[in-house]
Amino acid sequence: MMALILFRTFLTCPDACVFQMVQDPTQFDVLVMPNLYGDILSDLCAGLIGGLGVTPSGNIGANGVAIFESVHGTAPDIAGMDLANPTALLLSAVMMLRHMGLHDHADKIQTACFDTIRDKKVLTKDLGGSAKCSEFTAEICRRVQDLG
Amino acid sequence: MCFSTLLWGEGYDTTLFATIWTKPVLLNIKLTLVLLLSSVHLQQQGENIPPPAKYGGRHTVTLIPGDGIGPELLNHVREVFRFTCVPVDFEMVNVNSALETDDDMNNAITAIRRNGVALKGNIETKHTLPASVKSRNNVLRTSLDLYANVMHCQSLPGVQTRHKNIDIMIIRENTEGEYSSLEHESVSGVVESLKIITRNNSIRIADYAFKLARERGRRRVTAVHKANIMKLGDGLFLQCCREVASGYPDITLDSMIVDNTTMQLVSKPQQFDVMVMPNLYGNVVSNVCAGLVGGPGLVPGANYGRDYAVFETATRNTGKSIAEKNIANPTAMLLASCLMLDHLNLNDYASLIRNAVLTTMNETRLHTADLGGQGTTSEVVQSVMRVIQSKGQFTAEL
Repeated sequence: MMALILFRTFLTCPDACVFQMVQDPTQFDVLVMPNLYGDILSDLCAGLIGGLGVTPSGNIGANGVAIFESVHGTAPDIAGMDLANPTALLLSAVMMLRHMGLHDHADKIQTACFDTIRDKKVLTKDLGGSAKCSEFTAEICRRVQDLG
Repeated sequence: MCFSTLLWGEGYDTTLFATIWTKPVLLNIKLTLVLLLSSVHLQQQGENIPPPAKYGGRHTVTLIPGDGIGPELLNHVREVFRFTCVPVDFEMVNVNSALETDDDMNNAITAIRRNGVALKGNIETKHTLPASVKSRNNVLRTSLDLYANVMHCQSLPGVQTRHKNIDIMIIRENTEGEYSSLEHESVSGVVESLKIITRNNSIRIADYAFKLARERGRRRVTAVHKANIMKLGDGLFLQCCREVASGYPDITLDSMIVDNTTMQLVSKPQQFDVMVMPNLYGNVVSNVCAGLVGGPGLVPGANYGRDYAVFETATRNTGKSIAEKNIANPTAMLLASCLMLDHLNLNDYASLIRNAVLTTMNETRLHTADLGGQGTTSEVVQSVMRVIQSKGQFTAEL
């Protein structure tokens, strides 16, 4: 199987990049940058897609060693109350599955998660709903089962 | 005989040079009673007195066209000024960005020192030149010690944006930080860059921010930093902000880490009032804010020092790809020229031109391509001049 990857690289300064990102983020595909710009841009993009509650991340090292994590805080004010939105950590786990080569499982869970959010029937409080964390999770599990 | 006295004011660095005649003496040389109040520099930080008008009440301003869209936009500014009979004469100084020598820049800096005020387009920094050739724009800012870059980001009713009711003042330290241009490669493949944060400059910029906030009736200043990582550098900056804040009990200081700041800006920009920050974060935050209110074609910027002021577009883009196509948005440069007129105390002219630009933007809704419109640059400028004419102001011919 021949894979054709289109390389269109262009160099841009962080200042030019950010205002283009704010005005039309869809023009960007993959961005690579040094540490500080990455810190700033990743939070900026997280803000554009709905915040840290839904943003996954992974840290990849040599020899495939990797740590996947959500980048939001520990939220001590809602800890232990079954209120948190599990999306960020769940999607980070999906990234982990892809890293391990378990693409089918990854796709299934991601599709179930996105469909639940798209449907808007069962959403946690930060997304505008009233469901508990466990209810939201149960809904995703139900959809995974339906996807077979 | 005459005696000269130099007076020093306590707490201010006031230089008052007075030559007083005590006993008139007729000499062959021309004797002149001169009370010279040579540019009384009230060095209350942040207050700078614009250069006085000379030669019949007309001001001379240095004009640096720069590269890309700069020359054409500045031509339009001159056109509008000529039409409105603004008492400003421009001294044009060209800077060739392709040359490696500094002569052009030195001429420009000398001209700005002479005139005190400049209006400029962005000078391209060619990446192909050796690393020893510094960014010309940066050299200009540091040579003239234009320590405060001020940008006022406001939502415009005529421009469609995702977020509304944005009104943020961004004050960016303009001379040090990550733009110190100090880098070295002691080991091949390992480059070290020095980020310089000094107490003096941090206090200076924080004081400027708080003074400006007080003048404009603003209530809150947010210091943007990354002191959790750069504990000494940004830690010092933050500490200086807190020290200055203690002298302004009517204004609240809060602080926010830069990555969280950009996230908050794109989700809830209305929470910000005045923001103060070191150089690089200022670069990023100003561009985010420009994007939020409609793009780089709309926002003017100003660089203030103790003795000089230079006005330009806020996001300092060369706009090479749209140069000479008559599609660039002239708003930012026209509004920058209005800031310059305010600085020269020509407030009536500033208001007239500013209102005409905003009327074209918000009421006539004649927009250039960057705002999704069909108008050309010249059409927008013509519309601005027509609005000025309609106000009954004495004008030249269209």
